[in-house]
Amino acid sequence: MPIKINKETCVGCGACVSQCPFGALSLVDNCAFVEETKCKFCGKCATVCPCEAITVVKEEMEAKDDLGSYKDIWVFAEQKKGQVAGVSFELLAKARELASQKPNTVWAVVLHDGSNAAICDELIKKGADKVLSVSAPELKDFDDLTYSNVLYRLAKERRPEIILCGATTIGRALMPRVAVMLKTGLTADCTQLHIDPETGLLIQTRPAFGGNIMARIRCQNTRPQMATVRHKVFAEMEPDASRSGEVETVPFNKEDLSLRSKVLEVVENIGEQVKLTDANIIVSGGRGMKGPENFALLKELAEALGGAVGASRAAVDAGWIPYAHQVGQTGKTVCPKVYIACGISGQIQHLVGMQSSDVIVAINKDPECPMMKIANYAICGDLFEIIPLIIKELKK
Amino acid sequence: MNIIVTIKQVPDAANVRINPETKTLVREGVESMMNPLDAYALEEAVRLKEKLGGKVTVVCMGPPMAEAVLREAISLGADEAVLLSDRAVAGSDTLATSYALSQTISKLGGYDLILGGKQAIDGDTAQVGPGIAVNLDIPQVTCVRKVRECADGKMVVERMTEEGYDVVEVTLPAVVTVVKEINEPRIASLKGKMAAKRAQIKVMTAADIEADLTRLGLKGSPTNVVEIFSPDARQGGVKIEGAPEEQAKSLVTALKEAQLL
Amino acid sequence: MNYFLTETEQMIKDTAREVAQKYIKPVAAEYDEKNEFAWDVQEKIAEAGLCGVYIPETYGGICPEGQMGIMNLVVAVEELSKVCGGISLGLAATALGTIPLILFGNEEQKQKYLPAIAAGEKLAAFALTEACAGSNAGGIQTTARKEGDYYILNGTKQWITNGNVAEMYTVIAMTDKTRGARGATAFLVDKGTPGFSFGKKENKMGIRASSTYELVFEDCKIPASAILGKEGHGFLSAMKTFDMSRPGVAAQALGIAAGALEDAVDYARTREQFGKPVISNQGLRFLLADMAMKVETARAMVYATARSIDSGDRNCSKESAIAKCYASDVAMQVTTDAVQVFGGYGYMKEYPMEKRMRDAKITQIYEGTNQIQREVIGQCLIKEAAAKK
Repeated sequence: MPIKINKETCVGCGACVSQCPFGALSLVDNCAFVEETKCKFCGKCATVCPCEAITVVKEEMEAKDDLGSYKDIWVFAEQKKGQVAGVSFELLAKARELASQKPNTVWAVVLHDGSNAAICDELIKKGADKVLSVSAPELKDFDDLTYSNVLYRLAKERRPEIILCGATTIGRALMPRVAVMLKTGLTADCTQLHIDPETGLLIQTRPAFGGNIMARIRCQNTRPQMATVRHKVFAEMEPDASRSGEVETVPFNKEDLSLRSKVLEVVENIGEQVKLTDANIIVSGGRGMKGPENFALLKELAEALGGAVGASRAAVDAGWIPYAHQVGQTGKTVCPKVYIACGISGQIQHLVGMQSSDVIVAINKDPECPMMKIANYAICGDLFEIIPLIIKELKK
Repeated sequence: MNIIVTIKQVPDAANVRINPETKTLVREGVESMMNPLDAYALEEAVRLKEKLGGKVTVVCMGPPMAEAVLREAISLGADEAVLLSDRAVAGSDTLATSYALSQTISKLGGYDLILGGKQAIDGDTAQVGPGIAVNLDIPQVTCVRKVRECADGKMVVERMTEEGYDVVEVTLPAVVTVVKEINEPRIASLKGKMAAKRAQIKVMTAADIEADLTRLGLKGSPTNVVEIFSPDARQGGVKIEGAPEEQAKSLVTALKEAQLL
Repeated sequence: MNYFLTETEQMIKDTAREVAQKYIKPVAAEYDEKNEFAWDVQEKIAEAGLCGVYIPETYGGICPEGQMGIMNLVVAVEELSKVCGGISLGLAATALGTIPLILFGNEEQKQKYLPAIAAGEKLAAFALTEACAGSNAGGIQTTARKEGDYYILNGTKQWITNGNVAEMYTVIAMTDKTRGARGATAFLVDKGTPGFSFGKKENKMGIRASSTYELVFEDCKIPASAILGKEGHGFLSAMKTFDMSRPGVAAQALGIAAGALEDAVDYARTREQFGKPVISNQGLRFLLADMAMKVETARAMVYATARSIDSGDRNCSKESAIAKCYASDVAMQVTTDAVQVFGGYGYMKEYPMEKRMRDAKITQIYEGTNQIQREVIGQCLIKEAAAKK
């Protein structure tokens, strides 16, 4: 059993009980007792025990490989219609930063159909040292199996130390497959990445339990270390026209083509509305909006600000606005410069989706609700009165 | 059509709070529940069964108390329930979990489709579905918001994307993970509740699924948690006072000054 | 208070509550406003399996052989009525129209109707009241003339709950006017039978989501096999039915009152005046306490009566009348007081409280006015005293 409590040494002080992030410890007969089903083996209890009564025997996966022989940081460059996704550029910038913490070559890996002749150059200008390009008509649209077969083959052969990818629909379908095929670890939705100077390992920080807890994770005994990151968590670098790099073109191996799934049609129906995840300003409505017709008011404000409209789960569940606008744990995560929350109380599941916004404005009747408490600017009042006044003020 | 639905028992995130003094998770009074997105997957499975015939089996990896969500699944229309429960799986990350579940599913055999929610609200990784697909060497489609057709060993679905959706055709058997948009789960009927009370839950161990123990639990998990900490609490800011006109003016001025507009 | 519900009763209660919260709550105000029958909600009630809770197992319900299932019905109707006393009538009034069939129908008739009703595919209604015959049920004028293998129905029934939405109607008509109380007979009439049409739809003070219609019979020809029980037994069947169904109405009233009380307490805790929640005022707490006493005693009476009937007591006229009369008077008092607790907000249609007060009133009137109930109780007291000698 991984957590051992020495009954003789334990004095029943309860320090471990209060410090366990998962409530897995309790005092039974004045001695610490661990409930295995709740324990996540994080080891915090061992570090806080004043009597050293707790030992955490961390079983680990065996290292089966020469880990030191893995080199390079790969960034999977997601593209649609030849356009590279913003998050991939953000990861290239981050990869450069990681390469400065521990020397490494940054590769952009792109699977495409060649429709954008400049795509490799764009990737270099945005931070890649080298580009691994696989171009074939079969790779025009993302296919779960085909793309993972290609990426797996490349990674198996070339042994990158780290692979980063955007936590997009594509990324979250592709990376888990490749990680399992490579029998290595993948950490999703990282909010911080850095190299541990002592071990040289990639430390992956991510939220858990709806953002209540932050966990630092590492993958020490397998390679590559894989991580996905959401859009707008990191920043892109400005394209540096002076940058140059190598492009290596690898032919598409037909064996990697899978016919077991195929895209029949690609439908884009977000329309002219600014995409929520790209927006710099978001005006969001919750239960306080009282009905679907009132979202027109938010749309007006969003337009006046050049932003997008978001919503809390309560508003979406009530059928006032489509699910595509939902921000939160089961909706989208956004990171705009300004998030204006109208009639949203700020339950944790919503906060998780927007709390990294630069500036939060809250308009609410209840001055004590969570959203009002964390807002940079809290306006207590009737949103139906105030929003038209804000619109008026903006138009001046 | 034989459908397997993977479900997970998770803490009720709505009630998960941080104790502000100790900065730890307050677990008292936090109920466990079926992962919400798995309920959508189960509903889709039951609807497919009602349309095409067949049976729905729910599979869950968890401690003995996870039996509760399996019974709940039966009350919602599942025909059979399997619980993989073994100390050996404690501490599993997504790689180990994918392995354990795919071994279980392999042992059960005879499936045409594996449905699951896109992600679980405690881990939020969305990795296990694809992991199962790899281990079983079958195709996958994630983020599915609608099943258009299901016939002749193929399924046509709509996969949600950032810009809209893709229409994807996939051969069965396959793993399909779903999002909320796909349906509205039913509530358990009386008959369902009665069936749940009577149901026999099949409990399987690591030995029953002939698992390689080195691929389970901590030993089978390449990632592990090295530190837990509380996120920096976001501090509150300024209360904008005054009559509504003044409040509006103050806000716009402040945002302009901060060069946010 | 713990009433030690059986596992089945608890399951029914939980299911009905889920249905009420998920499907009735979001739409109750709208259907009330529009005066429309909530078909989509009725479908969910059927899907949840609640339509057969009082119907024997052999016909698709859940009641074991010999058990009436009145407690099951009470528990379901109470939970649904906590959220809307109008929508719950889809179930409650169907029960009223179906209980005569369960008590007096023959095998063929039961096979014909009960499975569909248990599955929620068909609704039922009970048709006795006429323009000139309310409390004086004996004064009905609708006739059923026997002609060979048929009966011909002529007349008009008034204010029939589930009118037009029901498929099966239990109609009481005079087969022999000379025999007075012994001259009425009960019939099962299908919607759509030629000569059977619907007159006006009523525009009511409350329970507006319930469908209330006039039934018109003009030389309506029904087969002789549609007779329920024997000729001349119509009023007897009706009285026996009411003894069983009154707890159902009582449950509706109870639910309305209980829902009102719960909301009133929540409101009183959050509404602040003079810097504190209004519930800090002892006067208000006393008012809520009186309301709670009434609701709990009403519940105890309704449950006890239902259990008694289920356990086989068929001499329950007095208890049923007490349950119905008391619960409905309580509903009117409690909802009135609840509106008072809400103050101005209680009067505004924007908030759900005023509807409860409007819904409560009918429970004191239909299925036997509370004056009739008191008469029934009085007559029972006389009978009991006389029997002691």
